[in-house]
Amino acid sequence: MSNQNKDVLYGLYDDEQVLLKAVDKANAGHLEIMDVFTPFPVHGLDPKLGLEESRLHIAGFVFGALGTLTAFLFMTWVFTRDWPIIFGGKPYWSVPAFIPITFELTVLFASVGMVVTFYTICGMAPGITNPTLDDRITDDKFCIAFDVTGAEEAQKDKLKGFFTASGASEVNMKTI
Amino acid sequence: MSAVVSPIREPLIEGGKTYHQITEDICSPTESAPNAAWVIAFIISVAALSFYVFCVAWTVWVGIGSWNLNRTIGWGWDITNFVWWIGIGHAGTLISAILLLFRQKWRTGVNRAAEAMTIFAVMCAGQFPLIHMGRLWLGFFIFPYPNTRGPLWVNFNSPLLWDVFAISTYFTVSLLFWYTGLVPDFATIRDRAKGIRKKIYNFLSFGWTGSAKHWQRFESLSLVLAGLATPLVLSVHTIVSFDFATSVIPGWHTTIFPPYFVAGAIFSGFAMVQTLMVITRKVLKLEQYITLGHIESMNKVILVTGTIVGVAYLTELFIAWYSGYIYEQYAFYNRVMGPYYWSYIGMMSCNVLSPQIFWWKKMRRSIFVTFVMSIFVNIGMWFERFVIIATTLARDYLPSSWSYYTPTWVEVGLFIGTLGLFFTLYLIFARTAPVVAVAEVKAILKSSGDQYLEPNARHSAEVVKKELEPQA
Repeated sequence: MSNQNKDVLYGLYDDEQVLLKAVDKANAGHLEIMDVFTPFPVHGLDPKLGLEESRLHIAGFVFGALGTLTAFLFMTWVFTRDWPIIFGGKPYWSVPAFIPITFELTVLFASVGMVVTFYTICGMAPGITNPTLDDRITDDKFCIAFDVTGAEEAQKDKLKGFFTASGASEVNMKTI
Repeated sequence: MSAVVSPIREPLIEGGKTYHQITEDICSPTESAPNAAWVIAFIISVAALSFYVFCVAWTVWVGIGSWNLNRTIGWGWDITNFVWWIGIGHAGTLISAILLLFRQKWRTGVNRAAEAMTIFAVMCAGQFPLIHMGRLWLGFFIFPYPNTRGPLWVNFNSPLLWDVFAISTYFTVSLLFWYTGLVPDFATIRDRAKGIRKKIYNFLSFGWTGSAKHWQRFESLSLVLAGLATPLVLSVHTIVSFDFATSVIPGWHTTIFPPYFVAGAIFSGFAMVQTLMVITRKVLKLEQYITLGHIESMNKVILVTGTIVGVAYLTELFIAWYSGYIYEQYAFYNRVMGPYYWSYIGMMSCNVLSPQIFWWKKMRRSIFVTFVMSIFVNIGMWFERFVIIATTLARDYLPSSWSYYTPTWVEVGLFIGTLGLFFTLYLIFARTAPVVAVAEVKAILKSSGDQYLEPNARHSAEVVKKELEPQA
């Protein structure tokens, strides 16, 4: 996140269906939406905002593969190179017995890796305070925000007009 | 503007809730002072927990001889409790992961509390292998770390070590899954709170804003974690069953153990969820979110898994006879007719016979029956593990080593103590975090709220009536 303060003009909507129509309207009017904030994931919003599918699962796959290799290669090294021991008359490199731990570490690496990636790319961590526009966004309000830093009055008026026309219940300004 | 939903679907949220009311209903218990019932329950739990600490100290001081374990019964109440708690810890991830993949909307009402329960149960389970080591302070020996003894590595071919990896992975992944789901809800509480509470919840909510891109990533993360957690759940109890199945003890050395253990785990986990939910929904006044429909769905799961477990018990008996192997045959004869026959009866009646009551819809929807049954199942599943462990070890190959085992107050105290640990954690959770997933419930309101479903149902009834009219 940049440290520069932004002037944000935002409108609050009472219902996600109204919000979705408003986003359509903003797109039709070529208004550049900064972000949309909702109390729960609203389905159908992502394509309207032009958000591409998250690539988080690719990160998950990479971390998982790393876990698989770590577990399998480490056990292989221990039992064939570092300290070979015969257990129950089985070969040193007894692959079937490695499966459970390989599986567990795959899941562990993929999960931990994905969760850490998720928080990092979202700019979230314990104790971090990201600026929020309105306390009711995590309750029952759906918010469309426009960045109006250095914008002219005419532009702001146009956006306010858009909010009124699209059914926003409140329009506010905030510097974050 | 309701979504198209079949009119025969029962509403999952009752009382014509709005988004704000959902926030209000679920968050307000965290904002008020606890009532007398909570305080009393908390005092009892903490007392049991203190007794646990005392028993652990006793065990460390005197040694695990104080448990009455003997030759050949090296595993008694301790491992029974371990498997019991791990089994209970299976419902949470099953509800949140497998039901998420199956798009079962009723999971939203119970997943949060069930996941919390999972985490606490796994914490209780983890205690037993550790204290069973006797030298608690050497517990880190179970991890493969470069040491000065060679380095001599742990035995990666041992199911006991697989258990270490399975349970620590399961605990970590469940914790991450649960906490990530909590973050948006902590943000909801944060935005309602003032003063020191705001600071605390601000810390806990990691700076959540509710941005569309964050929600998209959140959903992607939840889905992949669910996909990972699903085989993980099944693997954990499979590996626990390997502790027994890979041994050469008759009665343990059976290939049926993995599926049988997994079914039993789901069975006991759901029973514990029922025990907690029936009380939680009443005390926190969440009857409109954890409805009779939810309870009925879970009772169906209990009926199915209980019956699977029953089939497994009978299959075991049949295969023991069919194997033609006298040691195997004796092991099972001994289970049913031996000195521990009473635990076999307890197991069969609580796990197999009593859940059959849930074939009746009226029983599935009765709070009282559900609660009593959930306790029965918890007891029955404890007996199952006791039957497997103690009866088998009490009669092994050498008749001269045969013995009988009864626990001492220390072992009983450890069990009661982990119940104290479990309920202490759960009670703290119920006061500090939203016990129902706020954001998830809001997301299904329009497809499952009663005010949205009712017009559908009414319309459907009218259409059916009209269709039938000309013939009448």
